[in-house]
Amino acid sequence: MGRPFIHRSSMPGLGLSMGITLTMLSLIVLLPIGALLLKGANYGLAGMWETVNRERVWTALFLSFRLSLFAAVFNLVFGVLLAWVLVRYQFWGRRILDAAVDLPFALPTAVAGISLTALYAPRGFFGQMAAEIGWKIAYTQWGIFIALVFVGLPFVTRTVQPVIEEIEREVEEASATLGASRLYTLRHVIWPMLTPAALTGFALALARAVGEYGSVIFIAGNIPLVTEIAPLLIIIQLEEFNYDAAAAIGIAMLLISFAMLLVINLIQVWSRRRIGYV
Amino acid sequence: MTHHTLNPFAFGAINPEEETKMTIQTPIAAPVARKLKNTLSAVALAALSLGALPFVAQPVAAESLLNVSYDPTRELYREVNEAFSAWWVAQGNEAPNLEVSHGGSGSQSRAVVDGLKAQVVTLALAGDIDRIAKAGQLPEDWQSKLPHNSSPYTSTIVFLVREGNPKGLKDWGDLVADGVEVITPNPKTSGGARWNYLAAWAWAEKNGQDPKEFVGKLYKNVPVLDSAARGSTTTFAQNGIGDVLLAWENEAYLALKELGEDQFDIVVPSISVLAEPPVAIVDANIESDAQRKLAEAYLNFLYTPEGQAIVFKNFYRGWDASKANPEDVARFPQLELVDIASLGGWAKVQPEHFADGGIFDQIYVPE
Repeated sequence: MGRPFIHRSSMPGLGLSMGITLTMLSLIVLLPIGALLLKGANYGLAGMWETVNRERVWTALFLSFRLSLFAAVFNLVFGVLLAWVLVRYQFWGRRILDAAVDLPFALPTAVAGISLTALYAPRGFFGQMAAEIGWKIAYTQWGIFIALVFVGLPFVTRTVQPVIEEIEREVEEASATLGASRLYTLRHVIWPMLTPAALTGFALALARAVGEYGSVIFIAGNIPLVTEIAPLLIIIQLEEFNYDAAAAIGIAMLLISFAMLLVINLIQVWSRRRIGYV
Repeated sequence: MTHHTLNPFAFGAINPEEETKMTIQTPIAAPVARKLKNTLSAVALAALSLGALPFVAQPVAAESLLNVSYDPTRELYREVNEAFSAWWVAQGNEAPNLEVSHGGSGSQSRAVVDGLKAQVVTLALAGDIDRIAKAGQLPEDWQSKLPHNSSPYTSTIVFLVREGNPKGLKDWGDLVADGVEVITPNPKTSGGARWNYLAAWAWAEKNGQDPKEFVGKLYKNVPVLDSAARGSTTTFAQNGIGDVLLAWENEAYLALKELGEDQFDIVVPSISVLAEPPVAIVDANIESDAQRKLAEAYLNFLYTPEGQAIVFKNFYRGWDASKANPEDVARFPQLELVDIASLGGWAKVQPEHFADGGIFDQIYVPE
């Protein structure tokens, strides 16, 4: 007979909750992605390849994914550090700082982009300081990097924070009584426990950064081949009512993102097995 | 917000006994089909409630009008709407509900094609309304329905430079010099920016330069390509980037007014373009005769001496100055204006210059 389509559970309400879940997921996630893929299928593989396989598109894709990766790595390091500080230390203003972490979630991205540009433009507060040592931040790739760090920051912190809160003091104390140094405890006791959550946060920050348009567009400068991000290319194609080409670039981004997330998931599975944790 | 009194006993707190009963009632080997049926009915229910939403949200539209416009007309239509409302009421009608949506001209046009229910469009380029016509929402000959190619106002492109014009920029030719930074939006995403580009092109043609090479050099001097005109104004005025902003004449005057006359100067080049931002009624979105009457009156109002006075006041070049404040009219300098027809018309210019791989793209990626 094979396995039943849906496993029975003693919890009531499976039918209803499953129905709502499937409907919402289909309407909000699967349908748009399906439409995108359908658009691409109509265009044909050859047409899609022709659209994507151009210097300008490759440059933009490489720029978007490279800077997103850098920003996500940066957020991984500083997001974990921030979560650690927020959980483990008591200091004045901790609650305010904690609340401020969510700001990038709450702020409209255009507002974030314009504020960051105003700060980092050569006339802005930070921009002036940078200009004195001959640095340019806004309208260069550094500007894009900063915007991506900004929008991705809460993801790592917010996924890692509850895990740090859960770590029992006794675990560290046990480690210390067994003669481990602080660094050893950190590396072999704490870090393995944080890895899965940190990787999840990293993946979220990366995914968010890749698709980010609203904030980047103001600080990027948008010069073709230099500071032009891939989502802008999609918008440009849309402006020309060139939906096929827009879909082609969209699918290319989807595939690359999918591959990256797959790799991150595999690392996650591997790290969990290695630690034997869940 | 309605307030419910929460009664923990009445409100779904299942007591343990009931819960066990429920589980027992369902046979252990419940047929999958039934679960699926439940699932499907839930799907249907959710779909139904979602589908019903738009109908519920639909306003009881008596006399309302949505004008989908482009970015720099915010101030203009705010004033037009006020004056028109007053005039409409004075004619013995009920006060209309006028709404205006602003954005990049191209994306606004796309929104209407994709189903934004605009009864009136007032965009930057005729090409943007042509697209809506191509989608079958208004007749192809829309531009002949109102005077002056359906453009109640025109504008042109001028230079906004820093106070005192420190780099001495007088005409288009000065913009390609080494070390001059020019701020203009991306013509691929901004309707206004196409006029900037074409004005430079027209100047080069008239001055015996290779226009393709000239605009190429010009855009090499552009350090920031914003996606829309207002973004460029911010980059130039607020963030202090660049020596010259290529701007709509009305935007340039507005920047002077809003940001201080002591910070910027307007420089008028020898040649510029005659931009004719057109207006039209989107027939497909007209729901009743009463609404059509309102829409027609609204667009015609733009051509009346009163409407034209508002046009002049908001730094657009109108046609009829009879009721305008003479000061508003006198501030426009005379210069040679090239219209789109003399450049070949949008049908030719658009694909040649701004399409994928067109002349503009070749500036960055040579073919």
